[in-house]
Amino acid sequence: MSMVAGVGAKTVQAVLAFGRFWSFGGSMLMWSAADLPRYRAWRRVMPQFYEVGNRTLPVILVTGMFVGLVLAVQAYDQLLSARLEEHMGVLINLTLVKELGPVLAGVMLAGRIGGALTAELGTMNVTEQLDAYRVMGADPIRHLVVPRFLACLLLTTLLTFFCDLMGSVSGWFIAVIVKHVPNGPYWYRTAEAIEFWDVGVGLVKSFLFGGAIGTISCYKGFYCKPGAEGVGKACTESFVASFIVILIIDFFVATFAMGLYKALYGFKPLL
Amino acid sequence: MPVIRLCDVHKSFGRLDVLKGVDVDLRPGETTVVIGESGAGKSVILKHIVGLIRPDRGSVHFRGQRVDTIGEREWAKLRTRFGFLFQLGALFDSLTVGQNVAFPIVEHGTYSKGEIEKIVADKLRMVGLDGIQSKRPVELSGGQRKRVALARAIALDPEVVLYDEPTTGLDPVRADVINELILKLKRELRVTGIVVTHDLASARKVGDRIIMLHGGKFVFDGSPQALDRCRDERVRRFVEGRASQEDLRSLQNRGGS
Ligand SMILES: Nc1ncnc2c1ncn2[C@@H]1O[C@H](COP(=O)(O)OP(=O)(O)O)[C@@H](O)[C@H]1O
Ligand SMILES: [Mg+2]
Repeated sequence: MSMVAGVGAKTVQAVLAFGRFWSFGGSMLMWSAADLPRYRAWRRVMPQFYEVGNRTLPVILVTGMFVGLVLAVQAYDQLLSARLEEHMGVLINLTLVKELGPVLAGVMLAGRIGGALTAELGTMNVTEQLDAYRVMGADPIRHLVVPRFLACLLLTTLLTFFCDLMGSVSGWFIAVIVKHVPNGPYWYRTAEAIEFWDVGVGLVKSFLFGGAIGTISCYKGFYCKPGAEGVGKACTESFVASFIVILIIDFFVATFAMGLYKALYGFKPLL
Repeated sequence: MPVIRLCDVHKSFGRLDVLKGVDVDLRPGETTVVIGESGAGKSVILKHIVGLIRPDRGSVHFRGQRVDTIGEREWAKLRTRFGFLFQLGALFDSLTVGQNVAFPIVEHGTYSKGEIEKIVADKLRMVGLDGIQSKRPVELSGGQRKRVALARAIALDPEVVLYDEPTTGLDPVRADVINELILKLKRELRVTGIVVTHDLASARKVGDRIIMLHGGKFVFDGSPQALDRCRDERVRRFVEGRASQEDLRSLQNRGGS
């Protein structure tokens, strides 16, 4: 009997949390849309944008650099043995733009920005600052969450671009400078193989990742349990949840984009 | 007509039944003090009054209007008529003192920059802190934070001010400054006050009426003088600061084992 009751209570809790998450997300999107054309709202976004961007750019550049290096080192021997070393740029840049750039930048940002956002909003929650907004007739979602969400959305896209760029340069460095793959064909093959479509898919992914990171980390901070312990727990949960959601979104966008591409243009061989 | 009326309010968090049928009318212009042990649910009562928490059962009324069922948007308008002093101040860390006090004015008023600055200076002068507008909340002492928070709570000249443990954690002199402020607000702005505290000296000084919350219900309701005459064991224990027999027994058991 008590086990049944326990399962029942868990279910009720899960349903309530689910409803709370979507009402939070809905309210956030509504205010984002409403505030997008307002100057005052951007004044709240810009400091967030600047701070988060500044804090994160170095890690993103390092991530991109090593991804490019590793890709190039791993690919070189295999492609050389098949006499395909001219295609190295295709492999490196395509992987970066479509998959590794967005996913790795997303994961880095989930740890770096997501953690900070959850901790910040969580602290405001346990020190009653969120309630203070409410009793002064101001919606904390609008004042606190929307600017952070918008900053996440734009920044993830922008920083993913930097990550791609850095990876591309370091891959080129290994291939052309270290391994002496001829420079002309390297770029010619790359330009031939990579289309706007691929860049677009990468962009869409990073945009969605940014949205997921912003929503999840703000939500977790917003509803964290009391005390320093509650804030700490919320940070961990927010990172794990962001990470998993990034992988799930990645899978679905990749599958959907591939299907759409085939339906529109047919199958494209890369070699 | 009472300003605020709570009717048979029940509230539980998970398995914890915090309020088990709370009834009270708050009369205009009066300061009502709610006393009770930590964790008794005093803050929960305050949060019911401003709609931060909704009752599981029962109802909340403000000037005859039922408010526990209205939407967030209507509440946002109504809340400009309340001032809320949080237990820890709840000042916004990212804003300066001046911006904190100006926050509700900017949010709801249509004042010019100069007018806002004047109101902020007025309110800060009222709590004895004019001139610190450009400081950050982290640079202030506990007592200063509370006073700034009070200045922010009264920025829109509210009809009702709710004080959550205004004197807790302050030395006796600072605590008395806050008491005087509460009395001054009542005198000058005719606010209806609700003070939550377990500081009995403060309760006696500012309260026209004292209510004690125990076990989810009110067990005493009367004037400060009546509190001293009350013979109820739970009230006496609280007033005299005695631990109950159970508390002592559990201490001894732990000590002996
Ligand atoms: N939002 C909440 N969620 C869960 N439990 C809560 C919440 N608010 C208060 N409580 C619990 O209700 C009880 C009464 O809290 P509170 O009103 O803050 O006590 P106090 O009388 O000291 O102000 C405490 O046990 C507290 O843990
Ligand atoms: Mg309390």
